[in-house]
Parts: sequence; structure tokens; C-alpha cells
Amino acid sequence: MSNLDAVLQILSWSLIISGSFFVVVGAIGMLRFPDFWARLHAASVTESGGVILLLAGMCIQAGFTLITVKLMIIGLFLFITGPTSTHAVANAALVSGLRPKSLSTHPNSNGLEDDKR
Amino acid sequence: MRLIVYALLLGALWLLWSGIYKPIIISFGAASIGLVLLITHRMNTVDEDKVPIELSPIKFLGYLIWLLVEIAKSNIAVTKTILSPTMPIRQNLFEVPYTQRTDLGQVIFANSITLTPGTVSVETETGHFLVHAVSYSAADMDALANMDARVSATELAGSS
Amino acid sequence: MIYAFAILAILIAMALVLVRLIKGPTLYDRVLAVNSFGTHTVLLIGVVGFWNGRPDFLDIALLYALINFVGTIAILKFFRYRAIGDVMWTPPQQDEGR
Repeated sequence: MSNLDAVLQILSWSLIISGSFFVVVGAIGMLRFPDFWARLHAASVTESGGVILLLAGMCIQAGFTLITVKLMIIGLFLFITGPTSTHAVANAALVSGLRPKSLSTHPNSNGLEDDKR
Repeated sequence: MRLIVYALLLGALWLLWSGIYKPIIISFGAASIGLVLLITHRMNTVDEDKVPIELSPIKFLGYLIWLLVEIAKSNIAVTKTILSPTMPIRQNLFEVPYTQRTDLGQVIFANSITLTPGTVSVETETGHFLVHAVSYSAADMDALANMDARVSATELAGSS
Repeated sequence: MIYAFAILAILIAMALVLVRLIKGPTLYDRVLAVNSFGTHTVLLIGVVGFWNGRPDFLDIALLYALINFVGTIAILKFFRYRAIGDVMWTPPQQDEGR
């Protein structure tokens, strides 16, 4: 029994540590990336990887209680609203005429013409 | 009938959240459920906007597990991009066609694109999404087509 | 304690996002930073609750997540239509949105 407990402890610790790592990496990316469109992706590292790992680690720490249910509801909610608000920001930026600085690979396809697939 | 189902669902949710089971607190909960049902009933009569759920639950669970693996993979890829000293960014805006019939399927596909770091769905038009990728490669189109097929597979067949 | 480590990491990340919030050249950088800051806050509230041994803080975290989402959408709506309530359709402005 204590053996299983130790395994769960180590598992949740590693989940929380890697979650914290992704949170910090996302923030570093938001600071380092050169323009808005790249920063979107840095923010989504925090919003998917960091949130999932941290909440999963806390779920294991809480065990089978009401707290786990609450954590899962928070996770579900962030799972739905995170992409939605990211999409809303990106869409608003596109509508207002903000474009990526360098479309390096395909200079012709700025997304407003038909794809040549 | 629909109202009773909603009331039971809301009651279960409320009991899960509260955790304190005294008569006065529970009566507050019942009152709030009644208020919510009243307000949603009024809203439903204002705009008749029903969203039918046409998904097969088992396939959707399988899709979620696959999606978690994809999120992990692309998280590591974007982390490498962020932490590498040169930051190899190859931005691209490109169109991804979708094949889902239902609105819910399209929402799930677009949200999945955004949820995996490295790709963000920017604009929805009829027949395709506009997707922005931070480190674009030709394999991205195939990966997204694969995801598209998987989302379409979770939809129930037969219904229009 | 493991939670102290997580709290430290989230605080560092919040400071970095705050720098982007102040520096961010365009409006959308700032909105993105505010949204990301809100997500960090939700996580911070949850982890602090566990650290104190009071997981009841999760209620506040969920409430903050709700407010953060609605707030982001409200800010974007305001800057697109210049109004929060009912709006008449106006064509989007083609400015850089500083």
C-alpha cells in the first residue's frame, strides 16, 4: 500500500514539475517570439500542456474526493474556453488587418487566395 | 420532460460543487436551479437555437485520448522551437478543408486545431478553415487531414 | 514542498507575461497577454489552495476562469464595435490597433 502511495506521489510530483516547466516555457516564448502570430502559439503551450499537467498532478494529490471532480470541471472548462479565446484574439487580429511579418515558406499563399493543393 | 432532465443534471452538478448538505443550503441550491431553469426557458423562447449532439460517445473518448497524445507531441515540438537559440520560425497561413457535416463536429475540429500548440485556427469559412502554423512543414497538411478524418469518424452516421 | 516550486514557476511566468503586457506593440499582444495572465492566475489560485491545505480555493479558481473568458471576449468585442451591449454592424477598421 505504501509502495503504491510512493509511486503515486512520485507520479504527481513529476506531473506538477513538468507542468510548471511548460508554464514557464510558454511565458518565455511569449517574451522571445518576434511577432504576435508566433506569440499565439507560445500562449497555447501554457494553456494546453501546462494546465493539463498541473491539474492532473493535483488530481492525483487529491485522490478520489469532490476536489478531484472540481479539478476536472475546471480542466474541462479551460479545455473549451482556452482555444475559443485564442481563436477570438487571432480572428480579431486578422480582421483588423494584422498579418504575419514573414511568410517565409510560401510567399504566394498569404491565406487569402486559394490553396494550390 | 426536457425541463426535468435539465433540473436533475443541474441538481447533480450543484451537489457535486457544494459538498455541504444542510437543509438550508440545499434549499438555496434548489432555488438557484429554479431560477436558472426559468431564465434558460425564457432564452430558449427568444432564440430557437438547438444544437443536436450527434457524436458516438465511445469513439469520442478514443478521439480525446488520441488528441492528448497529439497535444503532448506538439507541445514538445513548440518547446524545442522556443528554447532553441535560433528560433526556427517558418510561419504560414494556409487553408484546411473540413469534412464534418454537423456544426458540433466542425467546432470540435477547429478547437482541436487550436488546442494543439503550433497550429491555430484563425478564420472559419464555408468548406475550409484558415490555419496559422508557427513552424510550418509539408507534413502539417497530412497531420491535419488525419485529424479531420478522425473527427469525422466520431460523428454518428445516417443523420443529416 | 512541491507546491512551493509550482508557485514559484507560475509567479516567474506571470512576471514574464506582465513584461509582454507592458511592452506588447499591438493591442492584440496585450489582449493575449491578459488572457494568458488570467490562465496563470487560475492555476496559481488552485496551487496556493493546495499549498495551504485549503482546496476550497478551487471554487474561486473556477469563478476566475469564467470571468477571464467573458472579459477577454468583452474586450475584443469592445475594440471591434466600440460598444459592449447591442451593436449595429460596422465594418471593421483597418488599423493596426495600437
